[in-house]
Amino acid sequence: MARATVLGRLTWRVATVTAVRDETPGARTITLDVPGWPGHLAGQHVDVRLTAPDGYSTQRSYSIASAADGDRVELTVELLPDGEVSPYLARVLSPGDPLEVRGPIGGWFVWRPETPEPVQLVAGGSGVVPLMAMVRARASAGTGTPFRLLYSTRGPRSALYRAELDRRSADGSGLDVTYAYTREVPDGWERPPARVGAPLLAEAVWPPEREPAVFVCGPTGFVETVAGLLVSAGHDPRLIRTERFGPSGGRP
Amino acid sequence: MSQDHLDGNAAGGALRDVFAVDLTAATGQCTACERTLVLAEVLLYTHAPGLVARCPGCEEVVFRLVRAPGRAWLDMRGMTCVQFELPAGS
Repeated sequence: MARATVLGRLTWRVATVTAVRDETPGARTITLDVPGWPGHLAGQHVDVRLTAPDGYSTQRSYSIASAADGDRVELTVELLPDGEVSPYLARVLSPGDPLEVRGPIGGWFVWRPETPEPVQLVAGGSGVVPLMAMVRARASAGTGTPFRLLYSTRGPRSALYRAELDRRSADGSGLDVTYAYTREVPDGWERPPARVGAPLLAEAVWPPEREPAVFVCGPTGFVETVAGLLVSAGHDPRLIRTERFGPSGGRP
Repeated sequence: MSQDHLDGNAAGGALRDVFAVDLTAATGQCTACERTLVLAEVLLYTHAPGLVARCPGCEEVVFRLVRAPGRAWLDMRGMTCVQFELPAGS
């Protein structure tokens, strides 16, 4: 872990895909072996570069989904139907394929296991990916830091990491997960489908007096709405860290 | 405010092309409104040729970064007093 703080020149590395698994019909997790990976902090991302045979090259940023674990790095990629990069990553890429990556990148939207404050995670859609890295890093460090996750997603079928979150929130270690469904809800669900608003935040988020470290990640509109509501509810803006995805759920 | 921006987190890789340290956690002062800002929280527009970062307070340009093969243009007109952490032992 300490190696993650030693910064050298950021270089492109050729990773090898070791596994792919579908998380939902629209999202896939890609496991990479990255030789010489320096380790990472939960919340950091990588840049991925694709180069066509004619030399045309394009790159995107993807959050790391896994906790630090040697040379193994997992990304979860949501398929954007009109995307330039995600259809290749989410549909074509297969075990054994090479993939150019550089990272880890970012030192702001990160959670460090040694920090004692309770943690509030608020995810919109695939914004849950870097927050899942925080949940996993917490489990891997065995700290028992109180964590709450409020996860806004279209419906039960689009929820990423559902089985793992169910398991981790039932293991008595102090992780609470609240789902907020925006389009469809399971039978007998306590709330109609709705966007996250002040009442749900008041119910599901640590109160401001607990001074939680808050991480909000999702589409730009979601992040700005939630951060604004939290500040209005009395949370200290200095304790709220945000990361925005593009309007369509992707990144540049 | 328009919703077609990202934030400074997404500029982390491009800035690491230029700087030896992570700048997303750096703080600086907006030259227009004098707000202290964290680079991760600037409004980042990526549809221009390059990256344009604007102050989350007053929306003035904080920095612009354009890359071409083997070359970069960096204009940090909107930010002063940049403070960032150096690696341990520096």
